[in-house]
Amino acid sequence: MPDPDIAPDPGRDRLRHALVRPSRRQAVVAVLLAVLGFAFVVQVRDTQADDTYAGVRESELIQVFEGLTGTAERARREVERLEARRDELQDEDRARSAALDEAGQRVRTLNIIAGLVPVSGPGLRITITETGGPVSVGSLLDTVQELRSAGAEAMEFNNTHRLGVQSSFGEAVGGVELEGKLLESPYVLEVIGDQHVLKTALTFSNGPIETLEIDDTATVTYEEVDSIEIESVREPVRPQSAEPADGQ
Amino acid sequence: MIAALGLLIGILAGLVFAPEVPTGLQSYLPIAVVAALDAVFGGLRAYLDGIFDDKVFVVSFVSNVVIAAAIVFLGDQLGVGGQLTTGVIVVLGIRIFSNVAAIRRHVFHA
Repeated sequence: MPDPDIAPDPGRDRLRHALVRPSRRQAVVAVLLAVLGFAFVVQVRDTQADDTYAGVRESELIQVFEGLTGTAERARREVERLEARRDELQDEDRARSAALDEAGQRVRTLNIIAGLVPVSGPGLRITITETGGPVSVGSLLDTVQELRSAGAEAMEFNNTHRLGVQSSFGEAVGGVELEGKLLESPYVLEVIGDQHVLKTALTFSNGPIETLEIDDTATVTYEEVDSIEIESVREPVRPQSAEPADGQ
Repeated sequence: MIAALGLLIGILAGLVFAPEVPTGLQSYLPIAVVAALDAVFGGLRAYLDGIFDDKVFVVSFVSNVVIAAAIVFLGDQLGVGGQLTTGVIVVLGIRIFSNVAAIRRHVFHA
């Protein structure tokens, strides 16, 4: 029902007429509209399926590309920086581990010299047995000194007393006192070092063996042992007064 | 009625075949679609005004599409394709708005 207040519109009538009974001229319009609908749908789908860069203009692509190039360049510089840093750290690490190795080596050497660790190696076993009177401290000390001069690396008395820098002998009843411990005959002195040199240091004329045998009437025997085990160790002594000088 | 059917058939064909847009046409198809829409609304307005002529419609439809695509092509050659595309879209949009306003007056009397 058309509204009576408003005059019937010829345009609307025509539209209704065209919808209800189409004329043949509409066919051309239909074809064009079909083309339009087709293109429209295709374009919509293309836009939705869009893979970001399809249909982008050349200048925009160049901008994107330049942006990527800049980013790649920055990333490359960052990689170079980090690689240099890594090499630096590796060098540092190598230097540090070399220093550590050297320090470990020195610790081993110093431990042996100070008598803090058990050691083994080729050397001599010297047995001094009292036959007449007691063996004098001086003779024993001479023996030890001669062995030290000959490059003895570790020495042990009676399988229990390791000799070190601070070792000292004293007179005692029934034997010899070594750092407050009583040593009794037979004195067994085990020495690690060059066997030939050690032997020479003991046996020269007026040397320790002769002194012990003639002056102290003791019996001295020695044997070359390929592997002497020195098990006893010394307690480390912390220096109270001495400090390392500068530059050490 | 036939016109509406044609539109429907076109949409269905697009959905069914779902062809890929060739790379060379990718910047022109959206412009062509908007130009065609303008022609269609113009035709509808003319029909409501009672001055519709199918020959005029066909010519305006085809020429709209061709000119729009040609302008964009020219713009691409000159290096201002993006800006010209925007310009064409604005002009066609204004025309579509004014056509739709006229159609609205005919249909709703408002």
